[in-house]
Amino acid sequence: MSTRVMLDGNGAASEGLRLAKVRVISAYPITPQSPISEKLADFVVQGKLDAKYIRVESEHSAMCCAIGAQLTGVRAGTATSSVGLALMHEVLGVAAGCRVPIVMPVVNRSLVSPWSLWCDHQDAMAERDGGWMQLYAESAQEVLDLILIAYRTAEDARVQLPAMVCLDGFFLSHMSDAVYVPDQATVDAYLPPYVCHNFHLDPGDPVFINNLTPTVDYTEMRYQQAVAFRQAPEVLMEAMADFKKVFGRDYSMIEAYQCDDAEAVIVTLGSMSGTAKYTVDQLRAQGKKVGVLKITSYRPFPAGQIKQALAKVAVVGVMDRSPGYGAQVAPVATEVRAVLGGKPVQGFIAGLGGRDISPATFTKAFEKLLSQEITADVDWVDVKENALTIREVK
Amino acid sequence: MPVQPKEPVTNCGKTKKYLVGPVATEFVATKTGVWRVVRPDVNIDDCVFCGTCRKHCPADVVTVEKEDAKKGVYFDWDYCKGCGICANVCPKQCITMIPEEGVCKL
Ligand code: SF4
Ligand code: SF4
Repeated sequence: MSTRVMLDGNGAASEGLRLAKVRVISAYPITPQSPISEKLADFVVQGKLDAKYIRVESEHSAMCCAIGAQLTGVRAGTATSSVGLALMHEVLGVAAGCRVPIVMPVVNRSLVSPWSLWCDHQDAMAERDGGWMQLYAESAQEVLDLILIAYRTAEDARVQLPAMVCLDGFFLSHMSDAVYVPDQATVDAYLPPYVCHNFHLDPGDPVFINNLTPTVDYTEMRYQQAVAFRQAPEVLMEAMADFKKVFGRDYSMIEAYQCDDAEAVIVTLGSMSGTAKYTVDQLRAQGKKVGVLKITSYRPFPAGQIKQALAKVAVVGVMDRSPGYGAQVAPVATEVRAVLGGKPVQGFIAGLGGRDISPATFTKAFEKLLSQEITADVDWVDVKENALTIREVK
Repeated sequence: MPVQPKEPVTNCGKTKKYLVGPVATEFVATKTGVWRVVRPDVNIDDCVFCGTCRKHCPADVVTVEKEDAKKGVYFDWDYCKGCGICANVCPKQCITMIPEEGVCKL
């Protein structure tokens, strides 16, 4: 049984953590994530969630406390965004390396500088090689569902990796939507209580955790993480299949929308995928054969699935919400290019610092692809013509 | 309905199992011997057992036993870091630094 309630993305994330029955919360509020930490605090005070709430002085401490708490053998919860995620950077590596399967909502927001409170993917992309899984949600419903799926995957003995569930700041975090919130009993059946398959803190059996590791072992421990990532797709797909059985909603690592006969496809991440699908519908009505490939699981990266889905597509574009300075193209485009080996892949950059990626943006991008004008350079779709002179000082 | 237990649920029992990630019951990295790429090798025929090498070793891992004329200079391979100071200070120049061959086992 589930109830349908109006929730924004942050509300959905809080419900996800509540239903996962986290026992310790150490979350530091940061725009646009603050409502998650506030809501979780409310749940604890109202007795809706039997958890200890640790008030911490920064995101660095929030992650430290969450790792320490989870190492005692319980689920711990936290959430962050942007510069908060950057401040956690050091300890994110500890969670990954110590194989603490924390699931953390990350409300995507730009990184400084320029200061910005609004959405893009620079924060999460900066952590993409840090050993965390990364799932990107398209809607508030997906936020809640992916959190439960992430827990199932992260805690599996074959995986034991932490996971970020990324939701676009404001576009998802602050927009209300009708969300199916499952009841506790159904969630309990899908997501059993936390079982620590690895080491934990036990005063009766003391061990060193995160000890100084000599060269003779370090590579092997990193290799263990690589093996976990290799096994993660299978576990993730199992978790998604089970999710469909229990809750009826269908998830996959990638979602191909109108790709079968498409001449041009744009690869997307997160909330822009909805706009992309809408644009595809509009363009299809005009007889243009276009499609969208949404990546839900960016880490582990579903290379084989993407290759298969785009095998018959002549021209591919990738819409990145982060710039990838100094690289050939932005991060997602780089990886899609590597997968498609040789096929023309146009990199697009849009939606930085909260700029909307509108149907017009996608239309421009699709037109470029359909006219086969592929450029090696990345295309900053929505950049203004006066970009270099906007702050003229007399 | 399953309830989250108050105590840690774990299958990290006493039975032998393999854990993943950095966990240990002793700090192996402090055994500086694992960092070594070369190690001292004494030509004991030229050694006069003066103890200069022992006095100068920064890790204090050299034992000089005059009585045992065949093996009279000992090194603790777990902690000798291969710095070569002993070889440099030996008045008889009878210590050579030779490539490490995995004498120290973790
Ligand atoms: S310094 Fe040289 S001669 Fe003196 S005890 Fe050491 S090895 Fe022997
Ligand atoms: S190589 Fe350095 S650490 Fe090793 S015995 Fe000689 S002086 Fe001591």
